[in-house]
Amino acid sequence: MAAKSDDLASLLPSLFGDAGARVTVDRGEVTLEVPAAQYLATMQTLRDHPSLRFEMLVDLCGVDYAGFAGVMHEGPRFAAVSHLLSLSRNRRVRVRTFAPDDDFPVLASVIGVWPSVNWFEREAFDLYGLVFTGHPDLRRILTDYGFVGYPFRKDFPISGYVEMRYDPEQARVIYQPVSIEPRVVTPRVIREENYADEKPEPGPPDSRRPATAPNG
Amino acid sequence: MAEIRNYTMNFGPQHPAAHGVLRLVLEMDGEVIQKADPHIGLLHRGTEKLAESKPFNQSIGYMDRLDYVSMMCNEHAYVLAIERLLGISPPERAQYIRVMFDEITRILNHLMWLGSHGLDIGAMTVFLLCFKQREELMDVYEAVSGTRMHATYYRPGGVYRDLPDTMPRYQASKWRSAKDAARMNAARAGSMLDFIQAFTESFPAAVDDYETLLTDNRIWKQRTVNIGVVSPERALQLGFSGAMLRGSGVEWDLRKKQPYEVYERMDFDIPVGVNGDCYDRYLVRIEEMRQSNRMVRQCVEWLKANPGPVMIDDRKVRPPSREHMKEDMESLIHHFKFFTEGYEVPAGDTYAAVEAPKGEFGIYLVSDGANKPYRLKCRAPGFAHLAALEEMCRGHMIADVVAVIGTQDIVFGEIDR
Repeated sequence: MAAKSDDLASLLPSLFGDAGARVTVDRGEVTLEVPAAQYLATMQTLRDHPSLRFEMLVDLCGVDYAGFAGVMHEGPRFAAVSHLLSLSRNRRVRVRTFAPDDDFPVLASVIGVWPSVNWFEREAFDLYGLVFTGHPDLRRILTDYGFVGYPFRKDFPISGYVEMRYDPEQARVIYQPVSIEPRVVTPRVIREENYADEKPEPGPPDSRRPATAPNG
Repeated sequence: MAEIRNYTMNFGPQHPAAHGVLRLVLEMDGEVIQKADPHIGLLHRGTEKLAESKPFNQSIGYMDRLDYVSMMCNEHAYVLAIERLLGISPPERAQYIRVMFDEITRILNHLMWLGSHGLDIGAMTVFLLCFKQREELMDVYEAVSGTRMHATYYRPGGVYRDLPDTMPRYQASKWRSAKDAARMNAARAGSMLDFIQAFTESFPAAVDDYETLLTDNRIWKQRTVNIGVVSPERALQLGFSGAMLRGSGVEWDLRKKQPYEVYERMDFDIPVGVNGDCYDRYLVRIEEMRQSNRMVRQCVEWLKANPGPVMIDDRKVRPPSREHMKEDMESLIHHFKFFTEGYEVPAGDTYAAVEAPKGEFGIYLVSDGANKPYRLKCRAPGFAHLAALEEMCRGHMIADVVAVIGTQDIVFGEIDR
């Protein structure tokens, strides 16, 4: 997939550099980070520019960067990450856009550019609460009818808030608060740089202790 | 004549032709579909959220349960994503084993698809025939991984273990005479590779049988020709991949265009359709089975001639052997840490895609340097296909909805995740 990523990496800054976009190449994959205000125009150009021609939107998903790498993430929390594919040029690009407001994350919908984004935007709305303006049918898609909250946000517990069971007395299915305690089976561990490598001289014992994120 | 003719009908979620738990709200004018609104999520298990809470290796088993008829292909994408972040690549033999099992999985998936698609639109016999061949490949799955479906066989850095030297055999019993058992064991005398080779020799004839039943069948053609037509341009806009895209005449296959593992050494062709209807997609999948069979045979030949390691010798991703563990304190600690804490994956994000039987199955993996994924997103091919169901059904009769669902090869494990 690294095919032709280099010339893409040199082409993208010249096209979108003025708009405040940032291009990074990591492991042969090109990531374009654009400000929310330029998002729609950038996507349109990515599809229509004769030397880019990303005909297909393969995927779009939400990401919640709260608590990334065990620290509070600086800047906005929610991002929409899309993966584009150009069949004619045989290359891929990843586009990341942060929604400016954490309390009410809003981005423009790209449904006019690629119709395939329809359900992917619905899913990002359902799971992360990202609102896409211009989407004609922004309903929940994966969660239950009448579900409250955005389950894939990092502050949403993995066991959820309500559980469902059949109540023989009322002879119907009822919702009740979850009866299981939230717990962390495996703590989230981030080692410092070159943890396991052999060092020329051993450092103080403290530096070997793993840094553990507070909420696993 | 009544003034209002449209009415709404609920299709599923408990319907044999809904391929699982699809609830379709159909708005119809007589028998003609005006609007189809799929309600999905009835099988949503939060796989991606669960993966955020456990070490990388413990989520491999979840991947089998996404698209539960093409198990190893899902594992493959996930394992590739981890390997790309770690910057490792498996030994050559493991790559051949993976390609072989990807293609075996493709045959498994297409057999399941053909059987159920036939059943949906009125061909009972194909289902029974397909399951006969499927059973043999399921035995291969079981022999190599211990389970018939949820294999958890691929691991970052290679595969769990080398191919076994023997195949399990049938035993004579009250219900099976010694003569029958001997006949059934005829292909099972040698190693697993011998068994697979015997399968690849008999399989083209089996595909011929399916084709005899269907390809020129008048009823089959009436049910599939010119149903659910998608133009190549529209297929791209709708994000189609796999046989759905190739059925519309777009020659695009990740195994050829963006080869991973040893696919560039494989000799195979990409079948494409012409009209983009259900019949063309049927022909494409039939041909894909033949091509997969070719590839399996090439892999068997290579694997027979080239023994070697199937896992990289990197203590970071490879657990110590049981023998070492019982004698060596460090190995025991290593084993304990490996299976409780797991290994840390360098920070970064990657998107790894494989050509799964249903289309492009991709894993977008974000790591923040911890022992668990920060974010995992499974890009399921069926998700994009089902989103286009309304467009493909509109204007067709209600019976054609079943044909369109069948042709999309819908599996809810991957769509609802």
